[in-house]
Formats: sequence, structure tokens, C-alpha cells
Amino acid sequence: MTDYKQIMRDGIWDNNVVMVQMLALCPLLAVTSTATNGLGMGLATTAVMLTSNIVVSALRNIISQEVRIPVFILLIATIVTLIDLGMNAFMHDLHKVLGLFIPLIVTNCCILARAESFASRQSLLPSAMDGLMMGAGFTLALVVLGGVREIIGSGTLFANAALLLGDSFSFLDMQLLDHYRGFLLMVLPSGGFLALGFLLAGKSWLDHRQADRALVAAKAARIAAINAMDDEDDLAGGDRT
Amino acid sequence: MSGSVDIKQKMAYHPLLLGGIALIAGAMLVFADAGTRDQIAERQAEDLRASLTQVVADHEHDNKLLEDTVVLHAPLEFSDYENGITFYRARLQGKVVAVSFQVIAMGYSGAINIMMSVRSNGSIMGVRVISHAETPGLGDKIEVAKSTWIDHFSGLSLEEQSSAQWAVKKDGGAFDQFSGATITPRAVVRAVHKGLLYFKAHRAEILGEDATDD
Repeated sequence: MTDYKQIMRDGIWDNNVVMVQMLALCPLLAVTSTATNGLGMGLATTAVMLTSNIVVSALRNIISQEVRIPVFILLIATIVTLIDLGMNAFMHDLHKVLGLFIPLIVTNCCILARAESFASRQSLLPSAMDGLMMGAGFTLALVVLGGVREIIGSGTLFANAALLLGDSFSFLDMQLLDHYRGFLLMVLPSGGFLALGFLLAGKSWLDHRQADRALVAAKAARIAAINAMDDEDDLAGGDRT
Repeated sequence: MSGSVDIKQKMAYHPLLLGGIALIAGAMLVFADAGTRDQIAERQAEDLRASLTQVVADHEHDNKLLEDTVVLHAPLEFSDYENGITFYRARLQGKVVAVSFQVIAMGYSGAINIMMSVRSNGSIMGVRVISHAETPGLGDKIEVAKSTWIDHFSGLSLEEQSSAQWAVKKDGGAFDQFSGATITPRAVVRAVHKGLLYFKAHRAEILGEDATDD
């Protein structure tokens, strides 16, 4: 039986594309100068990953082992081009914002990695779920990194969100620090590396803390169990006397 | 695996599979292209109209900008002049008041497409960046959505500013550069200056019969 909960956990946290697998760092660092850019790239990548996982999973029985990599790349490139054309024609305003990033998605190795390591071995629904969740995890990392860099780098958060999501989301556009002159380093790629380092350290710290807590809880449970056994012994002993 | 002859193990299967999928992918792209080409062309025409209205306000003219054009083939830096540079004439009561045209600057990361309009007396009416790939947060201050920098061009002319002044302050000119990005504004200033020089050199052709009026 497929464990969808596990797929969800893996995609968003336990096996996060960026924070654990360390894949797709190139588009990550390139576009995350603002949270809005990160969100746009994340959503576009999620759409591609979902579609490519579904297609690869559907074709997994006819794709032979020897030519699978060129076939996957061909499929991914086709999907990206179709999405690019479709968005240009029917969501032109969004395309103007994201247009630059969309062809970049072809080179995103995490899409190929999911096709290879998950979709080519699993049936349709789990593959779709995996694509969606891996995309969600990627989007999360992009938005967090973009948000941190944007706040420190230019003192705003979700600047120009209305361009991406429509006017109803203009409330997201926040000027957090007034008269802030900006911290250029965070906008530059080197700032992206720095922020990514702290993000990874932060995730690792959270995981360690959770593991420690689990350990403490397990220890406490064991002590409690031993005490309980002792009590039983005492009771049993009491009966004997 | 062993014994039974799997069709997937045959030598011809791999190229046929790859070829078949390439064929399907190619066919899908052809259909998608055919299905979206008109839409995309229409959207781009809308974009052009929108970018023209940014440099020529509606009340400044009473003709249809996209229909009153003149195409020149004289060389202009970075532009695709061999296919022609299109000048969109804005008329008020039949008289040409301004022309709009596109110039291209080579920025930090590739071409910056700029739409500029020049009044018939040679002063700039407006300049807008239509598309660019400059660094977000640094070079993108050339967009009017991010900064008012681009508005500083309005009203300027070759007579008002000497050639040396058509440069960023770092190079001894009159225009601000951005902190962390000098190449971008330098390229834009240079392209607008070249555009004005081009207008001056070909004024009669661009304005047509109205050239002698003022």
C-alpha cells in the first residue's frame, strides 16, 4: 500500500529537494532575490514536476532502461515548452513576470531526479502526489529564502505580488522597514549562498532538536516502564510476604 | 528475465522508442505552436500598443499609432535594422507631434528593449523599458515600476545636453547610476542618446511631409 502521508512528509520536509537533496540550487539562487519571484518559480516548477511525473509514470512500462534518460529529458523539455507557450498565449501578464524563468525549468535536475527515482517505478497516483509534494517543498524553500533575502536586502516582503497573483493579492506586498537603504549583499548571489547556508543549518537544528526530544521522551518512557515493572515486583513481593 | 525474449531487450526497440516519443513530442509542439501563435501575436501587439501609450499619452495624439508608421533601414546600434526600424507617428489634427521607436541597449545580461518617443522638435517625450533581463534588485531600477529614474529623460534633447553629458555620473555625465549596477544605466543612456542622434540624422524621412513645418 502506498503511504501518501509519507510522500507528503518526504516532499515537504524529510526529503526536501533543496534542504535535504541539495538539488536545484542553481535556479534557487538565481531567482530568490524576492519572495514573489521565488513563489512564481516554485509554482511553475511544481506544475512541470506534477505533469512530468504523471507522464513518466504513465509511460513507465514502455520506456526501456537503456534510453530512459533521453526520453525523460525529451518529455520534460516538451512539457516546459508547452507550458511556456500556453502561458504566453492565455496568461500573458503572468508570463511577462515568469517568462524568464520558465525555460530554466528544463535544466532543473530535481525534475529529472523525481522522474528517475520515483515516477518511473510507481503508479500514477503516488507519482502525481510525489510531484506535487516535491514541488510544494521546493516552493517552500524558494519562498523562505526569497523572503529572508528580500527583507534583509531591500526591506520589503512580497514586493510586486500583485503582478504575479493578481490585484486581489496586493495586500501581501509589504514595506517592512521604512527608509531602509537596503543591504546589497543579500540581493547578490553571494547573499543567496549565505542565506541558503543559514537555512540548511536552521533545518538541521530543528531536526536535531526533534530527534533529541524524541530520545528524551523514549528515555522517560523506558524509565517509567522500568519503574512500573519495579512497582509490580514490589506488589508481587508484597504478596509473597 | 532470462529465457523469454523481452521486446524491450531487442536492439531496435531503443531507437524506435526514442524516435517515437520524439515524433509525438514534436507533433504536440507543432500543434501547440499553431494553436497559440495567433494568440501570442495578438498579445504582443497589445503589449506594443501598451508600451506606445506609455511614451505617448492618449491626449497627445488623435490617430492610430500602429497604423501610421515609417520603416527605416539605416544602421542603428544593436537594432535589427536590416529588417527595418519602425517609427510610429503620433499626429494631432494631422500634424506629426512625435514619433515613437524602439532602441536596444546591451545591458549586464543581454538586450534591454527600450521604447522612446521624440517630439518633432527633437526633445524626448518619454522613455520606457519594455523588457530586460537585468539583475533583480540592482539593474531593474530602469523599470518605471521600480524607480522614477527613467523619467529623467523626459524633456531632454541633444541641444540641451552635450554629448559628454549623455553618460552616467561615474563617467562624467548627467545621469545617476544605481548602487551596484553601473553597466545597466550606462547602456540605457547610451542607447537613448544613439536614438536621439538617429532621429536627428533621419528627421526628414521620419517626419515625412511635416519636416519643414517647424
